[in-house]
Amino acid sequence: MDFKVEFSDLTFENKRREPEEYHQIALEIRRDIIKSLVLAKSGHSGGPLGISDLMTVLFFGGYMNYQPQNPSYEQRDRFVLSSGHMAPVLYSILARAGYFSPHELTSLRKFGTRLQGHPGLDVHLPGIETSSGSLGQGVSIAVGMAISDRVIDKNDRAVFTLSGDGELQEGICWESAMSAGSLGLDNLCWIVDNNDCQIDGRVKNVMSIYPIKDKFESFNFDVIEIDAHNYIELVEAFDKFEKNKKSKIGKPTCIIAKSIMGKGVSFMHDDYKWHGNPPNLEQAKKALEELI
Amino acid sequence: MKYQNLGSKPTRNGFGIALAEMGEKHNNLVVIGADVTGSVLTSFFKEKFPERFISVGVAEQNATTVAAGLALSGKIAVFSSYSAFSAFRNADMLRVSVAYNDVNVKIGGGHAGVTVGPDGATHQSLEEIAFVRALPNMTLVVPADYEETRKATIAVIEKPGPAFIRFGRPSVPMFTTPESVFEIGKANVLTDGSDVAIVACGHLVWEALLAADILESKHGIKARVINNHTIKPIDVKTITDASIQCGAIVTAEEHQVHGGLGGAVAEVVAKNYPCPIEFVGMRDEFGGSGEPDELMIKYGMTHKEIVMSVFKVLERKEKGFVGYRKVSDVPISDN
Ligand SMILES: Cc1ncc(C[n+]2csc(CCOP(=O)(O)OP(=O)(O)O)c2C)c(N)n1
Repeated sequence: MDFKVEFSDLTFENKRREPEEYHQIALEIRRDIIKSLVLAKSGHSGGPLGISDLMTVLFFGGYMNYQPQNPSYEQRDRFVLSSGHMAPVLYSILARAGYFSPHELTSLRKFGTRLQGHPGLDVHLPGIETSSGSLGQGVSIAVGMAISDRVIDKNDRAVFTLSGDGELQEGICWESAMSAGSLGLDNLCWIVDNNDCQIDGRVKNVMSIYPIKDKFESFNFDVIEIDAHNYIELVEAFDKFEKNKKSKIGKPTCIIAKSIMGKGVSFMHDDYKWHGNPPNLEQAKKALEELI
Repeated sequence: MKYQNLGSKPTRNGFGIALAEMGEKHNNLVVIGADVTGSVLTSFFKEKFPERFISVGVAEQNATTVAAGLALSGKIAVFSSYSAFSAFRNADMLRVSVAYNDVNVKIGGGHAGVTVGPDGATHQSLEEIAFVRALPNMTLVVPADYEETRKATIAVIEKPGPAFIRFGRPSVPMFTTPESVFEIGKANVLTDGSDVAIVACGHLVWEALLAADILESKHGIKARVINNHTIKPIDVKTITDASIQCGAIVTAEEHQVHGGLGGAVAEVVAKNYPCPIEFVGMRDEFGGSGEPDELMIKYGMTHKEIVMSVFKVLERKEKGFVGYRKVSDVPISDN
């Protein structure tokens, strides 16, 4: 098949934007995901595509304080990808923020790469705050970071963490939620990627975690439910977290992001079978045609 | 070579097929899934016996204790996930609810070792032999190929008590046949030889056979290859005989060199009849992304390292290993 995978050099600034701009950036992120996965020949397509809009607003909407040229900048806000398998979206975001060259996305999951199948701290990819991939541990690490910032150091930093909805079946998630809620960690923003998909099927069928909102509320979270593909709602949600943090509301924020697995690619749309598969060449070509 | 690749298949398929087979025979067999049923192939059982399949979601701790509860209610309870999560996430549950209770729970540790490939270090479990074999009451088997995994799965289901069976993701050569004998706790001596013994388990048994072939055809060294599929209870007699008769041992496993098969063999040898041992395995590091073959080469778990280790151990044998005694009638303790 005459089809060459190339990555652009584009990087994006971190500032408030209009919905259309977010849309364009998210398209670039989605193209990166498809391209890196078709080259990798293994990996997770569905989740990363579904959370691209949210990740775009979070990293390129001026909501996180970070310096790509100085990744260990001490006042930076931190992002913990608890769903380590969603690495393709994070790698694309970090590359487009300027942490490393987008061309490195060609090495996803390959021998010797810094773009490990699940993020690894041992390979020192700039922008990665912790290893993750064993579900449930990331949210708990984020709670530890938030405690360090809010309770011990009493600084202004924020901690963002992203977990899947299937991931919430892990008991450690609720132990973390209990800690975050009772310690009143208002510097913590916990995003739940609620696509109702996991490996074996619909989350509600594999093991229901619903109602998510009531659960987090009962653990003293301020819970915001949004459409993860609506930029206005995304912006409002992160604005709300900013406000909660600034006013020291005494509650962590939980954003339940109602997303669609595989969003943007018709043949992956809302299909859990795309949780853990990469597109083949033909599928990648078709997907890239749709992502313009 | 005496053994041939009769066709490559993943060991996990042997696990899945055997479970579906045993579901027929034992109507008290219950299987618990934690969202990776298509990977560890408990899906075969699920399709055949949906009423005896329980999905608990991504919750390996709960899966393990629920299995113990089922076992305490007269069921044979099987739970399987990736070995990284069915041996470690649930480690305390395995120790107390399963091993200490001494109940009929069978754990499948799938996608074990670096051969899970591109998923990387988080998913490459390389320490669970060390952990699981330290648990009292536990049976631990690490079969070598598809056919042996099928038999080992049946054997642990038929044997009352807690058991852990470790298997892998990729297609690997199959060299045992339906006729080959498989008995828990009884290692299989695959090739005769008394220059050196190569004790291996899992994916490394095939590599050991390749190494033995090279050693004999190119170097005139006759190696005794032992397929030590059962790590616990370990076959003291076969290993001690190897130490007495070969005077040098190389162990080989897709696991850390500390605490795994190598450790188990060293314990037996140190106690009964010391001889020099070299260890082939993961050299105290974490893995990384890559294709299974690339990773086995990078981390030194192929027939090449086995051959090199044989040279090394034979040099030590010739120089006279400290504490090494020439063959004599040393009584063998059966522990
Ligand atoms: C502790 C642990 N158990 C199992 C897995 C294997 N696993 C990876 S992703 C996944 C499903 C997660 O579902 P969800 O969080 O909804 O993610 P999505 O399908 O939306 O990408 C599972 C079971 C794992 N990575 N870690």
